[in-house]
Amino acid sequence: MSDNTPSTSRRRFLSGAGLAAAGLVAGKASAQTAPKPDPAIVNIPDWSKNLGEGVQARPYGSPSKFEKSTIRRDVEWLTVSRESSVNFTPLHALDSFITPSGLAFERHHGGAPDVDPGQYRLMINGLVDKPLVFTLEDLKRMPGRTNRAYFLECAANSGMEWKGAQLNGCQFTHGMIHNVWYTGVPLKALLDEAGVKTNGKWLLAEGADASGMSRSIPIEKAMKDCLVAWGMNGEMLRPEQGYPVRLVVPGWEGNMWVKWLRRLEVGDQPWHHREETSKYTDLLADGRSRRFTWIMDAKSVVTNPSPQAPLKVKGANVLSGVAWSGRGTIKRVDVSLDGGRNWATARIDGPALPLSMTRFYFDFDWDGRELLVQSRAMDDTGYVQPTKNELRKVRGLNSIYHNNGIQTWLVRANGETENVEIS
Amino acid sequence: MSKFRKALFALPALALFAFAAPVVAKDAPKKMGIGREALPEEVKAWDIDVRPDGLGLPAGKGSVKEGETLYLERCASCHGEFGEGAGRYPVLAGGKGSLKGESPEKTIGSFWPYASTAFDYINRAMPFGNAQSLTPDETYAITAYLLHLNDLVKEDFVLTKENFTSVKLPNVDTFYDDDREKTEKAFWKKEPCMKNCAAEPAKVTGRARVLDVTPDGKSGPKVD
Repeated sequence: MSDNTPSTSRRRFLSGAGLAAAGLVAGKASAQTAPKPDPAIVNIPDWSKNLGEGVQARPYGSPSKFEKSTIRRDVEWLTVSRESSVNFTPLHALDSFITPSGLAFERHHGGAPDVDPGQYRLMINGLVDKPLVFTLEDLKRMPGRTNRAYFLECAANSGMEWKGAQLNGCQFTHGMIHNVWYTGVPLKALLDEAGVKTNGKWLLAEGADASGMSRSIPIEKAMKDCLVAWGMNGEMLRPEQGYPVRLVVPGWEGNMWVKWLRRLEVGDQPWHHREETSKYTDLLADGRSRRFTWIMDAKSVVTNPSPQAPLKVKGANVLSGVAWSGRGTIKRVDVSLDGGRNWATARIDGPALPLSMTRFYFDFDWDGRELLVQSRAMDDTGYVQPTKNELRKVRGLNSIYHNNGIQTWLVRANGETENVEIS
Repeated sequence: MSKFRKALFALPALALFAFAAPVVAKDAPKKMGIGREALPEEVKAWDIDVRPDGLGLPAGKGSVKEGETLYLERCASCHGEFGEGAGRYPVLAGGKGSLKGESPEKTIGSFWPYASTAFDYINRAMPFGNAQSLTPDETYAITAYLLHLNDLVKEDFVLTKENFTSVKLPNVDTFYDDDREKTEKAFWKKEPCMKNCAAEPAKVTGRARVLDVTPDGKSGPKVD
């Protein structure tokens, strides 16, 4: 382990300053023990001499060139083509509870179109009093505009881990999630404008992409808290997140949050389309399949330390992670360093909003011992995140979707961290 | 909102826009007057969805024979000549009896609950990269051929709008609605164990590193 870590040099600095202040340093430390001055301090760097970039050098800002490794990544063997594929949010490199727009994971089924907002239309048809067409400008002048932070988790997040630990990194095991602020109008306002007939019990949401993504949503959910959104994190949606308009279905699996939303049809039955029959149904051990498993159960993951963000220094450390629940608000997160034998309650930091990612920290001293790090989320319905083995016991190994089991990271004595399964 | 309050609400509107009375008098949420009525031709152009009860099916028909020709031409390069899948593209046929095994093969015949799902998806999204290019007759024919590849119809079968709902897929009765709140009730523990929760120390039973499938720096970053 390097001796040049921030915390050791900080400690040295602090103790030196303390001695000086107490008048105990006579200014003749022996040559052998005298620390060498830090070149980062005593040499004047270029950025302190020369002028930096002017304004407008980057009209749309981008991260520092030193942050090139903080990117979405994909796993090439996972899917057959990049147009029908997924990449992963770098959770290990992020903090707070909001995901930066450019790092929010992508999942496309027919590629990400860049829809011309001038040509954008949203249609409502089916069991309504009057079928309607809205332009983007229509949506933007509707009363009731609102901003909400919600997590969007793909139902297949952690799906590669049902049979055992596969991928080394929370980016890959848990990165099919993001949490951003949405700007939009309640879906209810649009449906009320069209007038849902009394036999209208289901809604088909359909995208304008080349997969014509379509999902059936019960009308109660559509009327309760869904949004038709054009904004994320205060600006227009990114193309890969559904520009110019997407559906927001809080707490429910990401596949239902139809991007490039072009049509909403009201009907009296579900449509049983491809994404809700051949996919996104949970095949259980007895060969039967549970369908309409829309809600994402409470889940959490420690993002630091994790395989891509190992522990580096003994002594004071901050363990960090995120928790979320599709049933409500995160009430508590516990952390274990010994594989679930003993637990301590973590510190929730920042807003703990309903159906939103919630940041937690656990400040601890690491003595260099091997750790088995876990986190366990609890929501306000009393649901406690189960272990992977508890989940496997009730669901078998074939369900692909909805794996919300407790993740274990093995931290070795040298700080390297690995995705493991434990007894 | 009560009818009484609704009526009060409607009064000034009636006074101002007497001609709009039929709209506001209705017992429904107040209209914003945003958006315009969709024309029947517009609804027809976009309303392509098909349901298991046949709602949404266009007029048309197609035979297994015609479907075979079309399938080999436009589908087989990805899905294989017999629906076995090429590379990692989806397998469409076979897999019977595999659902309880270690590697379930979820095909139209072994897994999918409804034939309408295949018709709808082919019609809206296939061929991959050239969506919505097939005519209704071509879509009927390809669907018929896929049903035949799954031994669900004979080779002289002709699929039509009229006979569509007579085709039943064998796995339909194994699907049931989400029941997690009942069957997984044990997860609502409320107060989980905090101290000495297991007699034995935890043992590592599996490692991601063994598989070595993580992209970029196979075994995680080096620590210096």
